[in-house]
Amino acid sequence: MSAIASPAGGQGVGRPRLVGRVRGLIGVYVQEARNAVAEQFQYRAANYFYMIGMIAEPVIYLVVWSTIAEQQGGSVGGFTPGQFAAYYIVWTLVRSMNIVFTPYGWEWRIREGQLSAQLLRPLFPIVEDLGFFIGWKVVVIILWLPLAALLALVFRPELAPTLLEICVFAVAIWGAYLIRSLNQSTIGMVTFWTTRVGPIFELYMTAELLLSGRLVPMTLMPEWVQILAGLLPFYWTFGFPIEALVADLPVERLLGGLAMQLFWIVVGAVALRFIWRFAVRRYSAVGG
Amino acid sequence: MLAGAVSRELESVVHVADLRKTFRVPVREGGLLASIRSLVRREHRLVHAVHGISFDIAPGEVVGFLGPNGAGKTTTLKMLAGLLYPTSGEVRVLGHVPSRRDSAYLRRMTMVMGNRNQLQWDLPALDSFELLRAIYRLHPDDFRRARDDFIELMELGDLVRKPVRNLSLGERMKVEICAALLHLPDVLFLDEPTLGLDVTMQKRIRAFVADYNKRRGATVLLTSHYMADVEALCRRVIVIHHGRLLYDGALSGLAARFNATKTIAVALHEGTPDLARYGEVVSSDDGVVTLRVSRSDAPRVTAELLRDLPVADLTIEDPPIEDVIESVFAVPKPVE
Repeated sequence: MSAIASPAGGQGVGRPRLVGRVRGLIGVYVQEARNAVAEQFQYRAANYFYMIGMIAEPVIYLVVWSTIAEQQGGSVGGFTPGQFAAYYIVWTLVRSMNIVFTPYGWEWRIREGQLSAQLLRPLFPIVEDLGFFIGWKVVVIILWLPLAALLALVFRPELAPTLLEICVFAVAIWGAYLIRSLNQSTIGMVTFWTTRVGPIFELYMTAELLLSGRLVPMTLMPEWVQILAGLLPFYWTFGFPIEALVADLPVERLLGGLAMQLFWIVVGAVALRFIWRFAVRRYSAVGG
Repeated sequence: MLAGAVSRELESVVHVADLRKTFRVPVREGGLLASIRSLVRREHRLVHAVHGISFDIAPGEVVGFLGPNGAGKTTTLKMLAGLLYPTSGEVRVLGHVPSRRDSAYLRRMTMVMGNRNQLQWDLPALDSFELLRAIYRLHPDDFRRARDDFIELMELGDLVRKPVRNLSLGERMKVEICAALLHLPDVLFLDEPTLGLDVTMQKRIRAFVADYNKRRGATVLLTSHYMADVEALCRRVIVIHHGRLLYDGALSGLAARFNATKTIAVALHEGTPDLARYGEVVSSDDGVVTLRVSRSDAPRVTAELLRDLPVADLTIEDPPIEDVIESVFAVPKPVE
């Protein structure tokens, strides 16, 4: 029987230095993402059907708007069928990147006591969620590529982004992912008080559907809706990343959009930490 | 006396003083009418899961935490682990207040729950181990050494390379315990770690915990419904019932405190006469008669047996620990 290893002098325990903490955190994200990739590759078929199901929604929007555009002489609100195609094909990628741990997941964790295992670890639970879904996105992007190629072949998108637009899009889709993760986790916290969070989440999703650019490009909405959308986080998680790539936004709007995303990330992070402090005290660890 | 209490607290790894946890639970009668009524007027009941318990545990001690279902054991453990906020009272573990969930505290403790899966279901345990290495920021060499030692001690072999979902309950529990100890914690809260396992697996886990305690000097607080676990690992037990502390002391002292009987097993050279006049006959097999007598009568009955009968062998024992525990659990709930 060999001796149990001893982390002499606490070597095995990380030091609370900022650089060490950041490196440690990156290590957690990387390992969690690796595990997610390994896990999701086991379920290739399930993931593919999931992707196909997700693509059905924008294809319906695309067909409807393209038909209307053709009937109205080739465009609706300045959008040609080719621009609609570009919008909704990019939509599919943004939507895939936007998948996050939902309030339903929090509800399950809290009601069933599944949160206990995570609370025992020296890590804020959302870090594990973020890492896991980053890994899942790697799988999703790989599976998305052939589907996007097929959609492009069928619907012929008009897409000619500049290098700056591509760069802003690449950053914006991760910004959108963070905003949605933080918002939905914050809503999930409500479970600590209400045990069920479904109706509140449905309300959130309805608002998102109307005010994000998910249902229809925001430029087709009345002006007051556009103003309202700009003041809320939803547009910055859907419409903005898509428009960054497909619309010819001026540089100031591109950078302003990233700044708005940063603002909502900070708001989301502060709100989540604040609510968490009170919420976790209500955890009853039932079943766990 | 106060100085003694202060010094005990300072020396303690676990310090609990007048700890209480009360849950507010919604209640209603069954049926549709009661359901509709609860829409307007919801009723609640206060459940005092833990009702003012106090104890200290010294470094390196292995303590059995006993009580029937619903006694408040797991609630207490969860408060010690920082999962639950106490309603009132004081808790300190390794000098930390657990409910604050300081990172420095969580890195030095672990809690194993018999029904909880910390491992990623679809992946081999080795992948979960790697994630734990990252979370606890373990030095790669320390991590590898601990992991390999645990795999050897628990005889895990290739089990760590199979997806967790393909492991049996016992196999999963062994892997789970390894995962929980990879960061080499100083304090272990074990809640039914051998629940549902076969005897061999129970023994393996017991030996592992004993070995870990011996080598690391770790403090262990263990709950188990299997008295074999407690007898093998704990010299001291804390018994709670209805959320109150009933006993805190040596395991051997439990019988004296709660069970007023002794068991006398007597083997005779010839015949198996009726020994009912000496005490309650519990069994009579292969020439060995087992009697249950009151603790105070044991010396007198022993002397009479030796005087009256051709005794070949005679042993006096405390009753089995299961019987003692049964007596303890028979204590009625105090009126509040």
